[in-house]
Amino acid sequence: MSKKVAEGKIVQHTEIAADVYRMVIENKEVAASASCGQFVNLYPRAKHTLLPRPISICEIGEETITLVYGVVGEGTKEFASYKVGETIRISTAVGTGFKPQNTKCAVLVGGGIGVPPLVELAKQLTCEKVAVIGFRDEPFLKEELEKAGAKVYIATDSGKAGFKGNVIELIKEEGIEGDYFYSCGPKVMLKALADYCMAKNVPVQVSLEERMGCGYGACVGCVCKVKESTESGYEHKKVCKDGPVFLGSEVIWND
Amino acid sequence: MIDLSVNLAGVILSNPITTASGTFSGHDSGEFYNLNELGAMITKGVANIPWEGNNTPRIAETYGGMLNSVGLQNPGIDYFIKHELPYLKAFDTKVIVNVAGRSIEDYCEVAEKLSETDVDMLEINISCPNVKKGGIGFGTHSEMAAKVTKEVRKVSKKPIIIKLTPNVTDITEIAKAVEAEGADAVSLINTLLGMKIDVHKRRPVLANKMGGFSGPAIKPVAVRMVYQVRRAINLPIIGLGGIMTGEDVVEFIMAGADAVSVGTAAFANPTAPVDIKNELIAYMERYNFKTLQEIREAFID
Repeated sequence: MSKKVAEGKIVQHTEIAADVYRMVIENKEVAASASCGQFVNLYPRAKHTLLPRPISICEIGEETITLVYGVVGEGTKEFASYKVGETIRISTAVGTGFKPQNTKCAVLVGGGIGVPPLVELAKQLTCEKVAVIGFRDEPFLKEELEKAGAKVYIATDSGKAGFKGNVIELIKEEGIEGDYFYSCGPKVMLKALADYCMAKNVPVQVSLEERMGCGYGACVGCVCKVKESTESGYEHKKVCKDGPVFLGSEVIWND
Repeated sequence: MIDLSVNLAGVILSNPITTASGTFSGHDSGEFYNLNELGAMITKGVANIPWEGNNTPRIAETYGGMLNSVGLQNPGIDYFIKHELPYLKAFDTKVIVNVAGRSIEDYCEVAEKLSETDVDMLEINISCPNVKKGGIGFGTHSEMAAKVTKEVRKVSKKPIIIKLTPNVTDITEIAKAVEAEGADAVSLINTLLGMKIDVHKRRPVLANKMGGFSGPAIKPVAVRMVYQVRRAINLPIIGLGGIMTGEDVVEFIMAGADAVSVGTAAFANPTAPVDIKNELIAYMERYNFKTLQEIREAFID
């Protein structure tokens, strides 16, 4: 019995961009359980919202973890209403996260609400690192990535900040090169990046998102297709347990 | 001293709490609580060969419930017996294996193989709404349900529980049909067939369009069906559908269930099966019930 759902104390909670919140939660056990690229399940208190909300871990402290989440539905709307000092039902860390490789130069590519887990990853990578992060129009977590030692490039769809366009276009535009890529963001972005990396013959770890049921491996609701030597050529792996991080080269992308 | 034990077709469970098929994994659920606390573990559906399951999204939350369209993804019976069963058998609780199939031969093949193992019972899933071929097709017609029961009964050396679907006009007809062909017990209800549409994206949420509806929202339907089936047949009943608390368990027992399964509740709270068991004990202490039979008899119909 190595996992549990605990009460965490909210010690900081601020809106850092429109409908994007940064929440610092104090709980020693949760903090001690976490590694970069994993996620926690947050449990809404409203009885009609049954399922936990999987939220990636942005930063890991001694006794706290930091989450940056977007308000997208009823559950996250409830969390956004929580005040500092209140408690939140939170699981210890789950999933298989990033495996930091200290190569010559790491490129961290994030899209929107996929950017948060790259912060802890950047902190743990001791090599040279570049972060390329894209948003619809309002960037966040730039300073945190810079503090972690990354050179940060920003793209926005609207052109409101940084480069106007997407992260792949920005990588090409700036001629950004690295010998290891890591990424988290929307599926279309991950697929495009995985293709880009395959063409360049550079490894990439991608963190996937999928609708989850239990969030701890029991229900097999959240799966992705991973190349296997089975009859169909793939196997459905659990995003919550085998992932969320997979090698870009092993994922079969659904349309 | 409270006695929570249950006799299910000759198999003695230490308590009435089991895990609803599809919502439990020995390794993963066991990370949150001691599996010995369970009356029985009911596994995810296992077929004769590996099944890939459906495309994603497979999960959708609804008001007080959820939809799933996993489609019985499983590694196949040979893998299960070799790699998963030994782990489950190490615990001091009963093992009930849920059996999935696309044909009567599939069910029989799995039942035969499990007969040579030390599992305690089989739960025959003739009611999954998420597989196109077989599955629910067997559960919605009395003759087909009877035929599966008859053939599996012939080859199985273990007691068989037939899992019934609520997606029928009269569940008691199916229950009577499987009782007549030698079922040792029934479990009900499997999920209701449901659907959710994302009005912003203007499309079904599930890749499979429809899925199995579970959670507290369906409990009244489940209680009603257990009540009806109890009055139609004499077999032991495992009641399930939306159980979230110990008092929900009491409700199923009063309706006529011998044991219960906890499913979706374990998503909202991973330790739900154990918490619910403790709440059941608290209820029994409060009203001075010593056995589950006393609860059943106390019900004023």
